[in-house]
Amino acid sequence: MEKYKMHILICGGTGCRASASEAIQNNLQDALKAKGLEEEVQVVMTGCFGFCEKGPIVKILPDNTFYIEVKPEDAEEIIEEHIIKGRKVMRLLYTDPEKKEVVSDSKHMGFYKKQIRIALRNCGFINPENIDEYIATEGYAALGKCLTEMTPQAVIDEIKESGLRGRGGGGFPTGLKWEFASKNEADQKYVVCNADEGDPGAFMDRSILEGDPHSVLEAMAICGYTMGADKGLIYIRAEYPLAIDRLKVAIKQAREYGLLGNDILGSGFNFDVEMRYGAGAFVCGEETALIHSMEGLRGEPTVKPPFPAESGYNGKPTNVNNVETFANIPVIINKGAGWFNKIGTEKSTGTKVFALAGKINNVGLIEVPMGTTLREVIYEIGGGIKDGKKFKAVQTGGPSGGCLTEKHLDTPIDFDNLLAVGSMMGSGGMIVMDEDDCMVSVAKFYLDFTVEESCGKCTPCRVGNKRLYELLDKITEGKGTKEDLDLLRNLSTVIKDTSLCGLGQTSPNPVLSTIENFYDEYIAHVEEHKCPSGQCKALMQYVIDPELCVGCTLCARNCPVDCIAGDRKEAHIIDTAKCIKCGACMEKCKFNAISIQ
Amino acid sequence: MAKIKLAKSKVDTLVEICKSFDNDGAELINVLHKAQETFGYLPAEVQEIIARELNVSVAHVYGVVTFYSFFSMVPKGEFPISICMGTACYVRGAEKVLEEFKRLLDVPVGETTEDGKFSISCLRCVGACGLAPVVTIGERVYGRVAAGDVADIIKEYQS
Repeated sequence: MEKYKMHILICGGTGCRASASEAIQNNLQDALKAKGLEEEVQVVMTGCFGFCEKGPIVKILPDNTFYIEVKPEDAEEIIEEHIIKGRKVMRLLYTDPEKKEVVSDSKHMGFYKKQIRIALRNCGFINPENIDEYIATEGYAALGKCLTEMTPQAVIDEIKESGLRGRGGGGFPTGLKWEFASKNEADQKYVVCNADEGDPGAFMDRSILEGDPHSVLEAMAICGYTMGADKGLIYIRAEYPLAIDRLKVAIKQAREYGLLGNDILGSGFNFDVEMRYGAGAFVCGEETALIHSMEGLRGEPTVKPPFPAESGYNGKPTNVNNVETFANIPVIINKGAGWFNKIGTEKSTGTKVFALAGKINNVGLIEVPMGTTLREVIYEIGGGIKDGKKFKAVQTGGPSGGCLTEKHLDTPIDFDNLLAVGSMMGSGGMIVMDEDDCMVSVAKFYLDFTVEESCGKCTPCRVGNKRLYELLDKITEGKGTKEDLDLLRNLSTVIKDTSLCGLGQTSPNPVLSTIENFYDEYIAHVEEHKCPSGQCKALMQYVIDPELCVGCTLCARNCPVDCIAGDRKEAHIIDTAKCIKCGACMEKCKFNAISIQ
Repeated sequence: MAKIKLAKSKVDTLVEICKSFDNDGAELINVLHKAQETFGYLPAEVQEIIARELNVSVAHVYGVVTFYSFFSMVPKGEFPISICMGTACYVRGAEKVLEEFKRLLDVPVGETTEDGKFSISCLRCVGACGLAPVVTIGERVYGRVAAGDVADIIKEYQS
């Protein structure tokens, strides 16, 4: 690596690749070659930088220049100006929206300032397809330390002391889980990595696997050492082709280096990893369902106990952890539990990765210490609400979580605080909503998801969620009554109390939290039959204000169903019976003459 | 068992796929992945052959195929359109985009147009939330799609 004077890092995450980051890489390489610099400057495709809003991202080392929204045709200028002449390409730098100042490196950007990257430490830093780069950043040192200096129990104690809790959503102490699995004697045990990220709007596990696959492999081997397992299985969604490819490369390289396989580092410890593919079922995030799916069955959960630690995959003791949980392990071993447990809050140590999305300026993947407030995340890191609109709610925990409001903004984020206010950590999806979002529709959106994803095994979840959905649908159609709200509440409580697995036990959360926090909005739907944010189609009509309409005919020409009539320079009229309420007319009108009633 | 009407070469391919997984029933999901990759979808006949080769019941295979959303029993269109319905895309207007695709192609979600050209499906989060709402057609990803862009996107594939 020393022979290169400069490095150009390009984000190779799914988002940036969708915006042509591969073409950028090719053009950069061509431009370097044309100048005879290919021996001096290395071009590396890394994992996700996190700042997806402004992708594709290109970063230049050693001066840490952070270019945003780079296009393939910018490659030549970057080489010509920056690499050869040493002048930054100003137009590709980030401008702080508040101070209006150009910020050339990521350390001084609002988006990165408050972040501490532990699980994402190598994402956007190393080439995920090169094991040497991982090793150069202390990679596999933790595994070496465990195998040569620590007993399995000492490793477990270290993890217990770190306070690490499961990052997949449950928040169960990882060290305890490992200890249970280690205490059960069997001829065969398994370590399973849950990479079946199903929460719509969360993509941290994929980013870790795409950006730093070795950290997960290393942690799985460490886990195998503590519990006496020689086999690891990664259960990954088939929808993540890039992550699958990078994992395959990583597994192959680790085997070649003797870091997976027999007699790892001469310690006599054997461990190997195989992949298993999910096929699109949200419930498979639940560990018993996941195990059944790996056995080739329908991914239906079973009652615990027996816990997987006693009887899991093929009836053998199995420990299941999430990707992000595993990614924390090597750092804890290297830096010590005492270092890790000082980050975060007393009961939720360390950091958490969130996928920040929705109506927010800086969409992306962030990692912050536990205890950071929602306000800091949304306004300081997220850069506030898009288009200067008003903040309305933030949804955490995906379909299992709840919608939090203005009054929760100063709540420090940790496992227990989020539960206390009616939401949950979940896997870390964080969707910001503004004044235009109808909370009844949002609840309906989540229930639509749950109804589709319910495995159907237990009645409360299979039937109850369907009934919840129907009630919400009735309300958004303007046919709901106040009694329906009580029914929603009662039914939600029953589903939570009686469902078999975590899916059903949490699926009513979006309903309960929106009724709790946005009661007025529900009342407006059922009593006045109005949708205050103008989202519920059945409750709204597009109308043209004859005073403001100048008769430019733009709306009529853009109407996909030809329901707007009117002569040139005369006020137009919308035929509400034919209108499909697509909103195309309102978008196009230059005179603000069209409004929703 | 129903009569197999698939071409012999296809049957042979399936038998080979099953064999490559040691005809092990526990590998059913992997076998189905491979079979769908090869044939594009998993019609009843394919499921029957897999059941026979892995020595499990057809009902079991059918149960697994219908459980997972990734597996499809109908062929996808030449240009499979997927609209991301993850939460991030939803709050940025994915529903309107979906409605527009359905309206213009006159085909419901999960089905294919009569000429076999387009099929519409919803998927849950491709993880390009910075580009929301996202639509994918085959390998191509379209970001920040508005309902008004849909007609132009479809046109790209109609010539």
